Amino acid sequence: MDVRVVAQTSEWGDELMTAAVELTGITKRFGDVTAVDHVDLVIEDGEFFAMLGPSGCGKTTTLRMIAGLEFPTEGSLKIFGDEVGTLPPNKRPVNTVFQNYALFPHMNVLDNVAFGLRMRKVSKSEARARAAEAIGLVQLAGLENRKPSQMSGGQQQRVALARALVNEPKVLLLDEPLGALDLKLRQEMQGELKALQSELGVSFVFVTHDQEEALTMSDRIAVMHDGKLLQVGTPEEIYERPTSRFVADFIGQTNLLEGTVEDASTICLANGARVAASSDHGVGAKVALSLRPERAQLGARGSAPSGPSVDGVVGRMTYLGNARVYTVKLDWMEVEVREENRPGVELHAPGTEVTVSWDPQAISVVTDS
Amino acid sequence: MTAVEEHPVVEATPEFEALAARQERRRGALYALPAYLYLVVFFAIPFLIVVVYSFATRTRTGGVELGGWNLDSYQRLGEEIVRDVLVRSVVLAIVTTLICLVIAYPFAYFITTRSPAVRNVMLALVMIPFWTNFLVRNYAWRLILANEGPLSNTTDAVGLGPTEILFTQSAVVLGMVYAFLPFMVLPLYASIERIDTSLIEASRDLYGNARQTFTSVIFPLSLPGVVAGSILVFVPSAGAYVTPAILGGNKNVLLGSYIVDQFGNARNFPFGASLSVVLMVLMLTATLAYFRSGGRNL
Repeated sequence: MDVRVVAQTSEWGDELMTAAVELTGITKRFGDVTAVDHVDLVIEDGEFFAMLGPSGCGKTTTLRMIAGLEFPTEGSLKIFGDEVGTLPPNKRPVNTVFQNYALFPHMNVLDNVAFGLRMRKVSKSEARARAAEAIGLVQLAGLENRKPSQMSGGQQQRVALARALVNEPKVLLLDEPLGALDLKLRQEMQGELKALQSELGVSFVFVTHDQEEALTMSDRIAVMHDGKLLQVGTPEEIYERPTSRFVADFIGQTNLLEGTVEDASTICLANGARVAASSDHGVGAKVALSLRPERAQLGARGSAPSGPSVDGVVGRMTYLGNARVYTVKLDWMEVEVREENRPGVELHAPGTEVTVSWDPQAISVVTDS
Repeated sequence: MTAVEEHPVVEATPEFEALAARQERRRGALYALPAYLYLVVFFAIPFLIVVVYSFATRTRTGGVELGGWNLDSYQRLGEEIVRDVLVRSVVLAIVTTLICLVIAYPFAYFITTRSPAVRNVMLALVMIPFWTNFLVRNYAWRLILANEGPLSNTTDAVGLGPTEILFTQSAVVLGMVYAFLPFMVLPLYASIERIDTSLIEASRDLYGNARQTFTSVIFPLSLPGVVAGSILVFVPSAGAYVTPAILGGNKNVLLGSYIVDQFGNARNFPFGASLSVVLMVLMLTATLAYFRSGGRNL
């Protein structure tokens, strides 16, 4: 078995805090398919942590391995320092909020919530009291005798939350918990989840494919793709400093301008234009500039831009109400530029010759992985 | 502009909607007509005749006199010999049902854990005995269970002594379990298969061990299948005729053969009819109980 020991790198690494969850070289194979590929990840205690990626990227499998619903093919999985990789789910101090809630249809709300306590032989009266308290916490007091089938999606979601939290897990795992709710309810629940998490101080590990949800709710985000962990960081780091094409493209919108590293501060774009961009990739490395539409400026051709620039012609314009998005044709590709709809912002008619410019600090240099 | 006049507004008045709904119902009734007719002609009317006969009078020559309506045949149900037949039949049916349940449940559960391809093969295997005639299979059992037969010789050879089981109630139960087991396996499989695996995962996640998960989640959720399978086994077992006749000998008469006797040797049609009505009521009660419990679960 190939268990790689990877140095733990975390902001608080020196203070010897025990990580809530620590994955080292975690791999999961289903037959020939590698669902999760050597993932190293440290989730701190008390963190709201999102695992983000498109469907099939391995995020749910990773979560299920932490829960004990799948066992890793390789690697080490620790929860608060204890190796749990091969323990069954009922022997782990974590609880899960399932994607479709997985409420027991033959039990009422109270019995659903008290289930975990009953399984652990907590006395009946104590289990009832604690379950009632948890039901109050998620604002469902009074609905204890309802069956799940008699409740709305949002209410079922709260029952699932109470059912997990009543056990006082050391880590709460949530598998796309808001995916089945409509937009308004989802936004409401996002706020409530966040508030609940900071109130309880327990780590929430949250799987989602919705980048906006991940950005607004999380302390840190792990972006996964094809079973690999691409980048871990705060929402700001992930959005402002993506390191790979995939992350740059998946989180928000971006233009990827292909190029080659010429030296530490210059990149030669595909059309031969040289632009200033600092990167620590080797000379000759194939890279791309990630230029977010809202970070680019449009100016009439010939107006001296303050930073690096490329020339192009305005193609389409899409009116968004609060902004306009221009598609600008360069010699070798198209880029999108977004301009806020403020008074005094110059309009650019299709066909106008323009210069697209940007602040060198506003771009990131990304590679394939 | 007088657009309203040019384009008359179509309105779904309550009268129109009621008409549409009525038509829809009528069309539904039409689809059900063939099955409905069949049941009326071949079940409802004959059963009505049986009910009428049960109140009729037996003539001295063994005929039936439709008149002089009385409850004589129902009073005979209280006789000790008749009570014994009824109780014995019900007990054997219950024993058969329980044995089927105990054997079928683990098997049905096992099937649900296999891959879809394997499942289909296993379900087909469950059905294979149906390809052979029911009578032939019963006679096959008679050969197997006979004194000096394969079973007896085997137990004798391994030192357990010969097995003399043929023409006992055990042989009848064995034969009925064999015959009706598929009726238990299939509904159990269907209801266990329907259980959302995430519920089982949720139970495990909430500290339930394998046993607790079974008793608290899997078994309660499979109850509709347990009840359906039990009815499907209990009903034919209670009225079984062929298996008791072939494997049970004539020592311990069961309801099925007793009814046949009334219409045959005894030539007491009214009494045979009243026994049939009792059997029907028994099964109807069991079936109603099933629908009741089916409604309460899920």
